[in-house]
Amino acid sequence: MSALFSFHGGLKTTRHKTESNQQPILVNPLPPQLTVPLRQHIGAIAKPLVQVGDRVLKGQMIAQADGYISAAVHAPSSGVVTAMELRPVPHPSGLSDECIVIETDGEERWIERQPLDYRQLHPSEVRGALRSAGVVGLGGAVFPSAVKLNLEGQGGQLDTLILNGAECEPWISCDDRIMRERADEIVAGLHIMVHLLQPREVLIGIEDDKVEAIAAMREACAGTNYQVRAIPTLYPSGSVKQLIKLLTGKEIPVDGLPADIGVQCFNVATAQTVHRAIDLGEPVLSRVVTVTGHVARPANVEVLLGTPFSALIAFCGGYRDGVERLIMGGPMMGFALYDDEVPVTKATNCILAAGAGIGELTPEQPQMPCIRCGACVEACPANLLPQQLYWHARAKEFDKAQDYHLFSCIECGCCSYVCPSHIPLVQFYRYAKNEIWAQEKEKQKAELARQRHQARLDRLEREQKERDAKLRQKAPRQAASTAVTPEADKLPIEAAVARAKPHRIAAPADASPASVAADDDRSEPNS
Amino acid sequence: MITAIVVLSALAGVAGLLLGFAAVRFKVEGDPIVDKIDAILPQTQCGQCGYAGCRPYAEAIAADEADINQCPPGGENGIIALAELLGRDPKPLNPENGIEKPKMVALIDEHNCIGCTLCIQACPVDAILGAAKHMHTVIAQECTGCELCLPPCPVDCIHMTPITQTIGTWKWSYPVRSETHQPADQATA
Repeated sequence: MSALFSFHGGLKTTRHKTESNQQPILVNPLPPQLTVPLRQHIGAIAKPLVQVGDRVLKGQMIAQADGYISAAVHAPSSGVVTAMELRPVPHPSGLSDECIVIETDGEERWIERQPLDYRQLHPSEVRGALRSAGVVGLGGAVFPSAVKLNLEGQGGQLDTLILNGAECEPWISCDDRIMRERADEIVAGLHIMVHLLQPREVLIGIEDDKVEAIAAMREACAGTNYQVRAIPTLYPSGSVKQLIKLLTGKEIPVDGLPADIGVQCFNVATAQTVHRAIDLGEPVLSRVVTVTGHVARPANVEVLLGTPFSALIAFCGGYRDGVERLIMGGPMMGFALYDDEVPVTKATNCILAAGAGIGELTPEQPQMPCIRCGACVEACPANLLPQQLYWHARAKEFDKAQDYHLFSCIECGCCSYVCPSHIPLVQFYRYAKNEIWAQEKEKQKAELARQRHQARLDRLEREQKERDAKLRQKAPRQAASTAVTPEADKLPIEAAVARAKPHRIAAPADASPASVAADDDRSEPNS
Repeated sequence: MITAIVVLSALAGVAGLLLGFAAVRFKVEGDPIVDKIDAILPQTQCGQCGYAGCRPYAEAIAADEADINQCPPGGENGIIALAELLGRDPKPLNPENGIEKPKMVALIDEHNCIGCTLCIQACPVDAILGAAKHMHTVIAQECTGCELCLPPCPVDCIHMTPITQTIGTWKWSYPVRSETHQPADQATA
């Protein structure tokens, strides 16, 4: 094993993995109703393919990927679509989003599954299959995997493929259990990724406190050139940038992507779904969720997407006394929910019932002034100056915050955790990032309005010019006609009659020129 | 003595020629300060400032004919940005021009629209679609919320509606610990 590198800062957190990782993955019973959100990934929201009243089969695509960065959504079980509407989804805002509600029939009837032999297929066909199977990163970021498995236009050559089994959040253990129980499936998925990316080396990074997982993965990787590396247990070693630094010593440039330095990184659970999507023809219908904290029987549960959190909590024996907040994700990077009636999505890796008295999940403490101790600087794994960022974000000086590389912040929460004044630093950074994005959008909108207004002014001017030109064209003829009959302005009809009279006497057929002139005059007020 | 006069005159002549050439060669088209002011203004084109659009107001500010506190849609932030750009002191919004309101979009009640096209002619950004004696509708993404379509409507079928918040437009709020924990849709209600 080659020597490991290290990253700046980080935290030694108290581990709470044993609460949930001592028993095998359980399977949650089929709930009567599944609420499947159409936005379970980063990118464009999926386009629905079904209507209310339709019967759907397990694994049937109910919404297709809309655009390149998007992912399909499937019916997690067979049943009837009973509603397509806005329902609450797990999101820090507590807002609702488009969902397809399926009343399950309990029969679990599958669509016809079509396993593919990826060795016989062109890489783009394999990526297409992954896209329509709804495969996204299951570590929590839910970025469509097919996009990351395409290196065209990014140099094409990959040095290192990294499989992320670090799982550094102190309470989460779903990846740990998947690695222990399903190492063969993970390695099978890894074969497909290797086939698509052709990396020079494959590294699997696992924190060294997961002894059983490391052993299981080493056994599954026997006979391959995949290297399982134990990395020190230090939060946030599971963050992409930090894991790449630990395993390869390379750093991703500011505003860059891992592919820019020849590295690509996937979660272990994602590799498992890649295997299932290609080798078995099964789209992503379920995921393993760690249910832990103040629940009666903490466990890792395999659960269908769309299952309400409340059903999952009930399956784990319900809440214990003293629950204060329900958190999706870990205590470091997760967010609190308003309601436990929201559905499990592809991003739900952990449901944590937090309350006083367990671990360091103490209630929020009153915020004190910054004493400039610099503890946050020492803890920051992204090598930033959290204190400077805080001052500028608090003062709403967003330009200055960007000068201090606000967007390199990974929102890991180390700075807030060590802050002796209990300042919610990460919340300030999130606020500043959101404001900057909103201002950017506002600027684009203003620019569009400016262009449209200018286009309108140009159009009005053009139309006015055209009208003037027409009038000028008409003017000489008018002058000629008024010269012949100067009195026509006042009494056109009388004049026409008077003019017609002598002609009629002389030659009755010659009346037409005068009547044309009179017509011309009459049309004038209209133009 | 004469040499000095000749040398200095020659120098002055050369410098004058150079300056004259530079004035022609590097002539700045238009007034760059107008563009900078225009970039700060919200481009609502509502005319609440008393000028026929954002650009005329920007020109008036640059010519020192108008004050910087006459733009209600730009609000306090807009005035501060203008003050910073022009090196003046920020001042509160002039109430004669209106008050700062949350962003809205126009919505046509399509049952009552008679298809008179008056609102189409009033819209400064061509965000209303329709034809004579046919129903009109507002393209919400293009609407700047200027309210100029409201007065010409003979049947009062246009209303301003607040922009609904979605997951895509939601923002983390300024962290204040004393805030009670409640969903965003209830908080705004």
